[in-house]
Amino acid sequence: MIKFFNYLGATTRASFTKLGRATYFLIGILAGIGSVIVRPRLLLKQLHSVGVLSFLIITISGLFVGMVLGLQGFYILSRFDAEETLGVMVAASLVRELGPVVSALLFAGRAGSALTAEIGLMKATEQLSGMEMMAVDPIKRIISPRFLAGFLSMPLLAALFSAVGIIGGQIVGSGLLGVDVGAYWSQMQATMDFREDIINGVIKSIVFGFITSWIALFEGYDAVPTAEGVSRATTRTVVNSAFSILGLDFILTALMFGDN
Amino acid sequence: MDNRNPPQNSLVSVHNLTFSRGQKKIFDDISLEFERGKITAIMGPSGTGKTTLLKIIGGQLFPEKGTVTVNGRNVHHLKRDELYTLRKRMGMLFQSGALLTGMNVYDNVAFPLREHTQLPESMIRTLVLIKLEAVGLRGARDLMPNELSGGMARRVALARAIALDPMMIMYDEPFTGQDPISMGALVLLIKSLNTTLGLTSIIVSHDVQETSAIADYIYVLSEGKVVGQGTPQEIQQSSSEWVQQFMNGAADGPVHFHYPAKEYMDDLLFTEKTLFPRKRLIGGKSTTKRSRY
Repeated sequence: MIKFFNYLGATTRASFTKLGRATYFLIGILAGIGSVIVRPRLLLKQLHSVGVLSFLIITISGLFVGMVLGLQGFYILSRFDAEETLGVMVAASLVRELGPVVSALLFAGRAGSALTAEIGLMKATEQLSGMEMMAVDPIKRIISPRFLAGFLSMPLLAALFSAVGIIGGQIVGSGLLGVDVGAYWSQMQATMDFREDIINGVIKSIVFGFITSWIALFEGYDAVPTAEGVSRATTRTVVNSAFSILGLDFILTALMFGDN
Repeated sequence: MDNRNPPQNSLVSVHNLTFSRGQKKIFDDISLEFERGKITAIMGPSGTGKTTLLKIIGGQLFPEKGTVTVNGRNVHHLKRDELYTLRKRMGMLFQSGALLTGMNVYDNVAFPLREHTQLPESMIRTLVLIKLEAVGLRGARDLMPNELSGGMARRVALARAIALDPMMIMYDEPFTGQDPISMGALVLLIKSLNTTLGLTSIIVSHDVQETSAIADYIYVLSEGKVVGQGTPQEIQQSSSEWVQQFMNGAADGPVHFHYPAKEYMDDLLFTEKTLFPRKRLIGGKSTTKRSRY
């Protein structure tokens, strides 16, 4: 029994200490953003490795998610003779939920894990302390550009995901199942609201971009500097990002769409 | 701010330093002096915290007690900016080289110059080539770090460490894991850089032969204490049994060959205790830490 409480106390304390370190780390990152803006070359390089290299997985996944939505939506909606509204269904679910959430999960798996592994390895091979000894602040030079790149890429990737998904829905809906193309798009245009749907979706993806980049970079920076430590940190990045994304999605949805 | 004047000719002084990791005392009230323009070596078995000492001198770790002054300034009382200014004049050679893996040799050596100076690229090129020439790797400038052998990586790291013309260099285990030729090259380089550039060198090592060959003064550490100090000759003739064991690499002596254990006989005729070892839970983890010797 004592052991149990001992364990509970130690775990709680360890998690709060970690949270404190993570917050302190975040403050450092945000303070370093100014120096990234002065040197946009550093940012461009990271936008490429974090954002552009995630293009393929986001596009293909978006296409398939949209196609599945078109298929499933059609079967349900056609029961009520409402298959003309397929466009609304696909667009609303993508823009409000699936776009931000699924692309954030994929982003955590593709870019987040890569960031953690990269930073963790830099730590394990003493590159970060080497930089410190060269009087270069690794947070400013290495971490902040990556954070900013993740933060900026996420909303764009989510938008790409939704856009490709809507096209996927159209391919299946009107190409295979015979929904009228005009109805697909006009119903969508008439029902979707810019402020209510699109802006809310973008806000979500901004939050997810922030949280996944933060988690990924912190786990890498906080990793035990050994091969095993880095591999554990990479796993933690994906798991913690997934939890945070899904949990935050629920909260954000409740806040955004709770009143109607 | 500590205004104590450093002793004559000492670039780095460590006074009454105490530092612990967990329960283990890494340094227990030690004092060391590193003379300007000389090569001072710190020797001792693995795990005596030699690397830790370099990190304390570099201001990456904070001591529990004691002061470290570099060039007359207390490293741990400096503000961040001041510490960074000081670090630009302190080179450090890490055991792994710590080269940035995403850049080639040329860019690695150019890295501190590009970060800290506004020099035009043509000037940086000249400087980088001078530094690479000094370590004999001017021809290897286009290679990536993963294409270098361990010895070459260390030489590139050395070129990078001297890029900003520092007043001192700290070498962390420069000879470990090197073949005899690279080892010879490194010994020669450290010695020649020290004399030609007038650097102060601090070498942390457990390679007795190589270090004795170039060091002007040696400190031997064990269990957080200085157990011997002097010129290489004095150390060789030390009366301390421990220092003799270390310098001659004897398997048994004051440092025992066997890790502490219960009686061999009891262990073989296993008793209840060995069948059901008691696990103590502290902080959620079983503690199996024991002292090293």
